[in-house]
Amino acid sequence: MLKIKRNHLYSIIVLTLLMVFLYWLNANRLQNGMLVSVLQKGVILALVAVSMNLLNGFTGLFSLGQAGFMSIGAYTTAILLIPVQNLDGVYYMNGVHPAIRAFKMMVASSPEFIQIIFPFIALLLGGLLAAFAAAIVGIAVLRLKSDYLAIATLGLSEIVRAIFSSPQFDQVTNGSYGLNKIPNFPPMLWGAIPSLITPFIVVSICIVFIVFLIKSSYGRAFKAIREDEIAAEAMGINLFKHKSMSFIISSFFSAIAGGLLAMYMRSIEAKTFSITLTYDILLIVVIGGIGSVTGSVLSAFLVTAAKEWWLRFFDQPLLIGSWQVPLFRTGFRMVIFSILLMIVVLIYRRGIMGTNEFSWDRILKRLKFKRSKEGGKK
Amino acid sequence: MKEILLKTEHITMQFGGVVAVDDLNIEIEKDRITALIGPNGAGKTTAFNVITGGYQPSNGRVTFDDLVIGENYPRSKMKKIYNGTYKTPFEKQVVNTPDKITRLGMARTFQNIRLFKDLTVFENVLIAKHCHIKAGLFRSTFMLNREEEAKMLEDTEALLERVGLLANRDEKSSSLPYGKQRRLEIARALATGPKLLLLDEPAAGMNPKETEELSLFIKEIKESFNLTVFLIEHHMNLVMDISDTIYVLDYGKTIAQGTPAEVQNDPAVIRAYLGVDEA
Ligand SMILES: Nc1ncnc2c1ncn2[C@@H]1O[C@H](COP(=O)(O)OP(=O)(O)OP(=O)(O)O)[C@@H](O)[C@H]1O
Ligand SMILES: [Mg+2]
Repeated sequence: MLKIKRNHLYSIIVLTLLMVFLYWLNANRLQNGMLVSVLQKGVILALVAVSMNLLNGFTGLFSLGQAGFMSIGAYTTAILLIPVQNLDGVYYMNGVHPAIRAFKMMVASSPEFIQIIFPFIALLLGGLLAAFAAAIVGIAVLRLKSDYLAIATLGLSEIVRAIFSSPQFDQVTNGSYGLNKIPNFPPMLWGAIPSLITPFIVVSICIVFIVFLIKSSYGRAFKAIREDEIAAEAMGINLFKHKSMSFIISSFFSAIAGGLLAMYMRSIEAKTFSITLTYDILLIVVIGGIGSVTGSVLSAFLVTAAKEWWLRFFDQPLLIGSWQVPLFRTGFRMVIFSILLMIVVLIYRRGIMGTNEFSWDRILKRLKFKRSKEGGKK
Repeated sequence: MKEILLKTEHITMQFGGVVAVDDLNIEIEKDRITALIGPNGAGKTTAFNVITGGYQPSNGRVTFDDLVIGENYPRSKMKKIYNGTYKTPFEKQVVNTPDKITRLGMARTFQNIRLFKDLTVFENVLIAKHCHIKAGLFRSTFMLNREEEAKMLEDTEALLERVGLLANRDEKSSSLPYGKQRRLEIARALATGPKLLLLDEPAAGMNPKETEELSLFIKEIKESFNLTVFLIEHHMNLVMDISDTIYVLDYGKTIAQGTPAEVQNDPAVIRAYLGVDEA
């Protein structure tokens, strides 16, 4: 009992510190542009990684459709949020569908309260649309065995992308021109939470939901399916129903992350959501540990920071004295990144966290162990 | 009057050209222990798979607790190649997935143990309680079904205590010694709250002492959980000791049925089965 209370206390302290840090970052965002951008992208990818992990790591369904569902969320959010006065600029080639314009006029003239929460409604709609798509598609693909499922979902993701960039939908998705002028993150709670912090809050809520789900009886049923489908079915678990649940929920949150990504990037095109994106996320999941939420989150930040920030240095020409170090030029960073990845995978065969989760008890045990070892030396 | 819990009528299971089970007619009496024996490859596991919904039979009907849970007749391609003995076909098609049949009150274990290997002993049993959950996904996620969840945990604890695995509750199930894994698989099946328990070679790989213990264990749980038991077994001592009725399969066909004494002295059985053992 005491231990639980102590752990709660630690958690509250750390969360408070994190919030303080985020507010500090918000106040000093101009000097810390790179940090803000890496953290925001990291937290968005963390959500996709966790939702992919729910499917691949906890339910044992090897699906590669994440990018497709993200694009559904991103496009829905973008189309709904591009300000009405920017429509002509964005859709300058083909014009915008009159229904979209009319809808936007309606939103623009609705009560202020609706306008304030409308970005969140847009995110939610994107999520629901993706969930609906997953429910339909799931009927067909969830009966497939693992390798076939991977191929089917990959194909599906490409189909979604093809639809978004097809000329038939020019007036909605702006075809191959993509969408821009997407507004940045909205503030929350009437400005109490500044827009910079919004993605962190939204993602935290989503991940907490997924963690609770995994801990619930349904989450246990998912794990049973991962361990042994035949045994799970013999224990009365309806395979199709539970796989669908996992697939739908995973797609929903991927789409939410997709919507956030649209707000983060401010402009999207169908190419953004190609297979490469799914692979990047798969990489985050594998590095973090298949079957560990903590791992996915940590790894999302580490991978994003390494790729976009810490290794930038390798892309610049480097002079030592008057000697220019060879290889240091644009693109070299990705070589280093790949080598680092290989090293990480060789050292941590099951990812940084394996299937373990964060817990205070584990950390404190580690610290004590270290201290006693140091003490022993003296 | 005797009460029949499970009945199979003219069950034939044909894979391609191979008739694995041919015209199987079984009646399992409530509160009794019935055994299914026969040499390797006789079709015993296949019969279990048909009864529990894993396979759809090529022909025949399975009735459980007065409900037809599976029925089929040779259709389309099977119609041409059907090679079973019983030719007057049934006319209906009834299909139930294994999970549905489990929820109706039939639970099984597997010949080659199928535990949730990476999960703990406790989780293995707890998961089996999920099949009767009332709360939906959202209620369960938001922990609005505290009472139900608490009951599930409590029942699991009690069940583990009952089968003597409470000391191992937090161990990974695959790290248990073999005999305990078998026991855990039975406990997991019991957690689904079955009326009928199907055991596929529960004593496989056990030494005589462990087999003896198992035999006691089966009798015990049968009484305390009000079970009817249907088991496949090769250990003749165990079978003769605990069974009320025995069916003998050979090459898919039922070659004998009756009490242990009757079956033991049946010449066909001695020839097909016990004879092979002695040779
Ligand atoms: N899915 C399947 N496809 C094709 N043939 C099968 C299939 N399942 C079982 N068989 C065949 O059916 C026959 C009976 O197999 P089954 O496993 O039921 O035997 P068994 O009586 O349980 O034997 P054992 O004592 O070795 O467990 C075997 O010849 C087997 O090869
Ligand atoms: Mg068998």
